[in-house]
Amino acid sequence: MISKVEAITARARELVPADGVITDRARLRTYECDGLTHYRVVPALVVIPEDAAQLAGVVRACAEHGVPFVARGSGTGLSGGALPHAEGVLVVTSRMRAITEVRPADQRAVVEPGVINLDVTRAATPHGYYYAPDPSSQQICSIGGNVAENSGGAHCLKYGFTTNHVLGADFVTADGDVVPLGGMAPDAPGYDLLGAVVGSEGTLGVVTSVTVRLVRLPEEVRTMLVGFESTDAAGAAVSAIIAAGIVPAAIEMMDALAIEAAEEAVHCDYPAGAGAVLVIELDGPAAEVAAEYDEVERLCALHGAFEQRLATDPFDRALIWKGRKSAFAAVGRISPDYIVQDGVIPRTALPEVLRAIDDLSARTGVRVANVFHAGDGNLHPLVLFDESRPGEGAAAEEVSGAILDLCIEHGGSITGEHGVGTDKARYMPRMFSDEDLDTMQLVRCAFDPAGIANPGKVFPTPRLCGEVPGKRRGAHPAQEAGLAEVF
Amino acid sequence: MELVHPTSTAEVAEALRDAAAQGLTVVARGRNTKPGWGLPVAADLVVDLSGMDRVLDHQAGDLIVDVQAGARLADVQAHVGTQGQRLALDETVPGASIGGTVATNASGPQRMIAGTARDLLIGVTVVRADGVVARAGGRVVKNVAGYDLGKLVVGSFGTLAVITEAVFRLHPEPEVRRWVVAEPDDLHASAHAVIHSQAVPWAVEVDGSTLAVMVGGRPDGVAARVERVRDLVGGTVSDIAPDGWGTYPWGPGEVGLKVTFALSGLRDVLAALADAGARVRGSAGVGVVYAALAVPDALAGLREVAARHGGTVVVVDAPDEVKASVDVWGPVPALELMRRVKAEFDPDHRLAPGRFVGGI
Repeated sequence: MISKVEAITARARELVPADGVITDRARLRTYECDGLTHYRVVPALVVIPEDAAQLAGVVRACAEHGVPFVARGSGTGLSGGALPHAEGVLVVTSRMRAITEVRPADQRAVVEPGVINLDVTRAATPHGYYYAPDPSSQQICSIGGNVAENSGGAHCLKYGFTTNHVLGADFVTADGDVVPLGGMAPDAPGYDLLGAVVGSEGTLGVVTSVTVRLVRLPEEVRTMLVGFESTDAAGAAVSAIIAAGIVPAAIEMMDALAIEAAEEAVHCDYPAGAGAVLVIELDGPAAEVAAEYDEVERLCALHGAFEQRLATDPFDRALIWKGRKSAFAAVGRISPDYIVQDGVIPRTALPEVLRAIDDLSARTGVRVANVFHAGDGNLHPLVLFDESRPGEGAAAEEVSGAILDLCIEHGGSITGEHGVGTDKARYMPRMFSDEDLDTMQLVRCAFDPAGIANPGKVFPTPRLCGEVPGKRRGAHPAQEAGLAEVF
Repeated sequence: MELVHPTSTAEVAEALRDAAAQGLTVVARGRNTKPGWGLPVAADLVVDLSGMDRVLDHQAGDLIVDVQAGARLADVQAHVGTQGQRLALDETVPGASIGGTVATNASGPQRMIAGTARDLLIGVTVVRADGVVARAGGRVVKNVAGYDLGKLVVGSFGTLAVITEAVFRLHPEPEVRRWVVAEPDDLHASAHAVIHSQAVPWAVEVDGSTLAVMVGGRPDGVAARVERVRDLVGGTVSDIAPDGWGTYPWGPGEVGLKVTFALSGLRDVLAALADAGARVRGSAGVGVVYAALAVPDALAGLREVAARHGGTVVVVDAPDEVKASVDVWGPVPALELMRRVKAEFDPDHRLAPGRFVGGI
């Protein structure tokens, strides 16, 4: 008798060209992790379909045999959301890279899930448009992955997240059926299933076509690099800018340790001796940007900025962004290992939480470099350690978890953009009650009652679909009547 | 029909647990400003949320507000307005509640710049049909932890759960707003000229043959943008909104439609509505217009035109006898998946039964 995976492999070979079905152990291993590399699982089978019909056929085969499947785009995710299942199929969308339609008059584009985020903008730019969500990995991450994770980016402060920019999708259910969700026009009647799918981390199904909003390219963009003596001063400037009613396209902050790392890695020439820098970007109609710029410059000076630089052309702008965008990788220059954390706090809690992180760092001896989207309170603390020294890994892990607790205590979130995935499922009960998680899983039960779509992600404990919700009180009536025993 | 007036989420939960035990059907009601919306429902129990009318928390520095579902949208605006902020939802029906606005996803001109309730809701507390209280989202704008249940309850017409509390992101109130009102020869061409311009309009609305463009922001910027709009479409400038701004075009006893379309379909949609004798008003800049008809005869034809442009036609408001005679919601793809969601949340179909798509 052949195994379930062998049966799916045979079916996949009928559906997908030979080089899109991978069973060789050595090649399977190249898919063992996503961007969060310390979780590794070799999948039983990798299938790389070329179109929606092939992809749906593979999912249908998984459903028929009750075999788990995990969808993967470019594999850049930072929460282990695309971590394979050892007995399951990894469905890779890297050959579904067609930009099907660019419709500037409708402010829409239709793309396949494997299309690279930045390529949507490249296709729209000649028409005066772009795709707004811009995760730092936008040169390699895929739209399908962005949909799964509800990806953000530096500019979501003003323009919103993936969920605000996806209007429609062709969606393969966990049964292998293809269902259209949303569309070209807004407000499709019925439940907003697409809103539930975006950000569900591949646990409800897989998108095979995505209709996205295109946004008019701004007439003017001004990027500022501002040096402060401390993160407190920089944080106060951020609060003042927001309080003045200005919504910049982005406000990013880096602390001294993050600046040091960036300097060593890319020589970004940030203000010498700064305890913190802000990267502030203003965009929009020229007259509006000019007025906002004057105000922002004044507010930064008022809050102790000792150096302000302005970039108005793309070259200088890229130079300012270089330090910020390279910050994660740059930390590798000052520490052999590090954990990238992703937590959110209310913006006004920033000074308090940064002090608490400092205290934590001082108490444990674990260094923490801070890089964050200051405008929306999304922290990316980089917790530094050296794996080769006994105990450092565990200590870093502990500090990293304690930072999440700080976020929760201050009314924030355990993840702003990287997702829950494999990495943070265990933290979900710290943020949500059993009832909250149970209710979320009702959605899971509606979409995927068999629990084969990316199982083990997001939720710490799977809900048995059809199970009566709520905690059982006392003994089961049948047990009380002596009719059944509990083993 | 029984009526309860809870003043807290716990009391709503208690009412729903009792209703579940007795097998009663339940309808949640905010301020009862949209009684003709959705298909008519005869429920055993009405949960009237008008006693849950408090602003629980407004954190101006974080641009968020936490409100109870029965609060009037206008009252919430007045509250956050004292700090120079706004909840970017239009009061399209006078007196509307937060819960009703969320449950119907009602929207007006501001959606062009800020989206709808779907985009502004960052946290929600609901009571399930079985009386279980659940929260999703939170109090921060950026948050991807867990499923976004808020998206599912927005526009669900009370058929999945009773919304008792909502957290929204706020926007700063602009220093100035200006309206450019024009009567262009070619509405479609003029609307598109503005939509695709660098004027960054905050709203592009049609009302009959009138085009109204709203621009908000700082005085210098707004002045320049208004000039740009006038260069494109002409017209007069005002610092007050034109009559009817952000309201629906229909009156009592009329048939009110919501027509959606891809932006390039504006010309065809307006032509089809004119042929049907409809009065039209709405957000041309985002592909949503509303129409008032005396009788729904033209519905099928209008649906064909909207569908050609990727859109739909929903009968929003109409007398019950009209609703009984037409397909109110129109064709809905993915209906099977929607039924499965309904069956998980409300397996006995006790919440607003029959009000929504496909008999949900």
